[in-house]
Amino acid sequence: MADIVAPPYRVIPIIPALIPGAMEGLKPFVANEKINTAIGFPGELVEDWHDKAIAKMGELLGKYRSLKVYMDACVHCGACSDKCHYFIGTQDPKNMPVARQDLMRSVYRRYFTMAGKLFPGFVGARDLTREVLDEWYSYFHQCSECRRCSVFCPYGIDTAEVTMAAREILDSIGYGQKYSNEIIGKVHRIGNNLGLPGPALLDTLEGLEEDVKDATGIDVRFPIDVKGSEVLLITPSADFFAEPHIDSLVGYAKVFHATGTSWTLSSMASEAGNFGMFIGNYDQLRKIAMRIREVALELGVKRIVVGECGHAWRVAYSFWNTLTGVGDGASENDRFAQMLQKQLDHRYKQPMHICEFTWDMIGQGALSFDKSKNDKHIITFHDSCNVARGSRMGDFAGGQFEIPRNIIKAVANNFVEMAPETTREQTFCCGGGGGLLTDDLMDIRVKGALPRMEVLQQVVDEHGVNFMATICAICKAQFTKVMPIYGFDRRMVGGVHQLVSNAIILGDK
Amino acid sequence: MVNTLFAILFYLATLILVVGVLYRINIYARTPAPLKIPTTPAPTTQTGVVLRMAREVVFFESLFKANLWIWALGWLFHASLALVLMRHLRYFTEPVWGWVVLIQPFGMYAGITMVLGLCGLWARRLFVERIRYISTPSDHAMLILLIGIGVSGLLMSFVTRADVVAVKNFFTGLMGFSINTLPSDFVLYFHLISVAALMAIFPISKLLHAPGIFFSPSRNQADNPREKRHIAPWAAEMEK
Repeated sequence: MADIVAPPYRVIPIIPALIPGAMEGLKPFVANEKINTAIGFPGELVEDWHDKAIAKMGELLGKYRSLKVYMDACVHCGACSDKCHYFIGTQDPKNMPVARQDLMRSVYRRYFTMAGKLFPGFVGARDLTREVLDEWYSYFHQCSECRRCSVFCPYGIDTAEVTMAAREILDSIGYGQKYSNEIIGKVHRIGNNLGLPGPALLDTLEGLEEDVKDATGIDVRFPIDVKGSEVLLITPSADFFAEPHIDSLVGYAKVFHATGTSWTLSSMASEAGNFGMFIGNYDQLRKIAMRIREVALELGVKRIVVGECGHAWRVAYSFWNTLTGVGDGASENDRFAQMLQKQLDHRYKQPMHICEFTWDMIGQGALSFDKSKNDKHIITFHDSCNVARGSRMGDFAGGQFEIPRNIIKAVANNFVEMAPETTREQTFCCGGGGGLLTDDLMDIRVKGALPRMEVLQQVVDEHGVNFMATICAICKAQFTKVMPIYGFDRRMVGGVHQLVSNAIILGDK
Repeated sequence: MVNTLFAILFYLATLILVVGVLYRINIYARTPAPLKIPTTPAPTTQTGVVLRMAREVVFFESLFKANLWIWALGWLFHASLALVLMRHLRYFTEPVWGWVVLIQPFGMYAGITMVLGLCGLWARRLFVERIRYISTPSDHAMLILLIGIGVSGLLMSFVTRADVVAVKNFFTGLMGFSINTLPSDFVLYFHLISVAALMAIFPISKLLHAPGIFFSPSRNQADNPREKRHIAPWAAEMEK
């Protein structure tokens, strides 16, 4: 691990030359039997993996229009070929989105299209051999499902959908990834991805109450499992103890305190993250999301608010209504969804992002700030991929870009943007998303961070930026680990609500 | 003999094209999209989706953001092809529709820009390392086929001067299920065989990008998952 070094910055951001096979050997740890069987997958690679994999692929092609259309529609135009941060950082041609998709498309053509059955070599079709399967395992774990390629594809082909399908096929034959599958086991067994048991959680929250009291003299509460609360806060478990995540948790609590909102956390659903999405498994995606529905019903809350977490917000915003009914607009005879939707207060968006909550409150004049408290920071904002390209905030397209920035500008005086071709919908992934935030993938994580680090360096040099705010637990964890390798201070990274926490005025208003 | 062969060829090619594409469209339409996955920021209404799709189909909006060279060459080719195809309507209609008469000169020169666009795209495929890497033999063959169609068409328009009255007579005949005489012109034969080949491979090749884009969930979904519950039939089964 010690020999991992950052790739050099490109002097001008030219498209790098290809280095075939550059990342060929890279493989995350394979899940063992115990991890796999705990979540219903075969313990190890099954005997008849070839037939099972092809059958699974056929099943997915029938269940997901995205996969079916994306397998057919690509014309190899090359628009996406220089858009992936992992390609830019590694120069491995198989990390070009189109080439990554082709790892699966070649097999699709061989088994599911007439041209590929008749003329495999001519149309680039391949048998699913053990080598191809290993290649899948390697390169479909070098994709963070960030969707940047889908912004540029003339047909909107989203490599994330292909990666998810590939991982789903791999899991179905017992060839899953240790990191993601182990975490999914933990969320079911213990309630959160970090495996933080209830008592430890309680301890942490009590400690936080004391810390905030010491720092501000105010009794800011961190309630948990309180029935009849108005708001249920679902936040990534990293917020409970990781740095800098915890500072944002303090920020949420202060916002709730200052606005007099009754709120609660949940020990059973002490996790917003949903790694079911990373492995493309609808069952797991749904099961993990169902915990939130169950807790919401049990506690009788009126609103569900989600903390700073990128993929969790994509799942919450885009998928929760589908998976669990957390949302609005279910049909009258949809008893499953209506059961919950009748309970929720539809004067508010369901679910709501904590940034939407805070921005609404700022708009109503319910919060006041001492912006000078953030004067030590010159701030920039890193758009997290899943928030930017897989979700929204507020009432208009692009609210997910404006609202966090508006909050930062409301609580701090110094804000600068990074290069526009690397922010908003064109933002680069931090390099650690999509189930790659594990030490055995450190090499690709460091290389994948390159494009973001390059433009961060620019604003550091030009504007003296010393704080990069972001609203994703994975971004925060990834950057604190990777940025020192690029020569930055790890404390440069923090949450938007960390800045809110710094500046908010509590007590009598 | 030649007339009959060409007649069979075009009936067959048309059949494969129409049935094949309808078959694919039917599959796309019937395959559920279980989750809301528009690439955001996305329109929040259906009207917005129609506009987004129109910008994609007419102007290649996403490609414009991605790469100006591919956009310029690709758009030049597609726009020219559209003009050329519209111009060709004159060989299938009697009397020729007014607007087809109107675009006739543009359609003629669009043949040239079409071939130029195709050559540019092929040059990229040959000389840009990344695109050469992702190209399969069929990608090259498709461009060669299209260039062949374009060049043979231009030859007939500007050099060998095919007997278009007879050609028209042949095709309007086919439309009424009678087989008339096709001029014996080898450039014409080449042109027609290539076009028939293109029609026949349409439903089994990457040309499916044309119907495919309309079914792409990342482009055709409205961004309203919180306001309206979206659920696929197979997923709804899980709630029972």
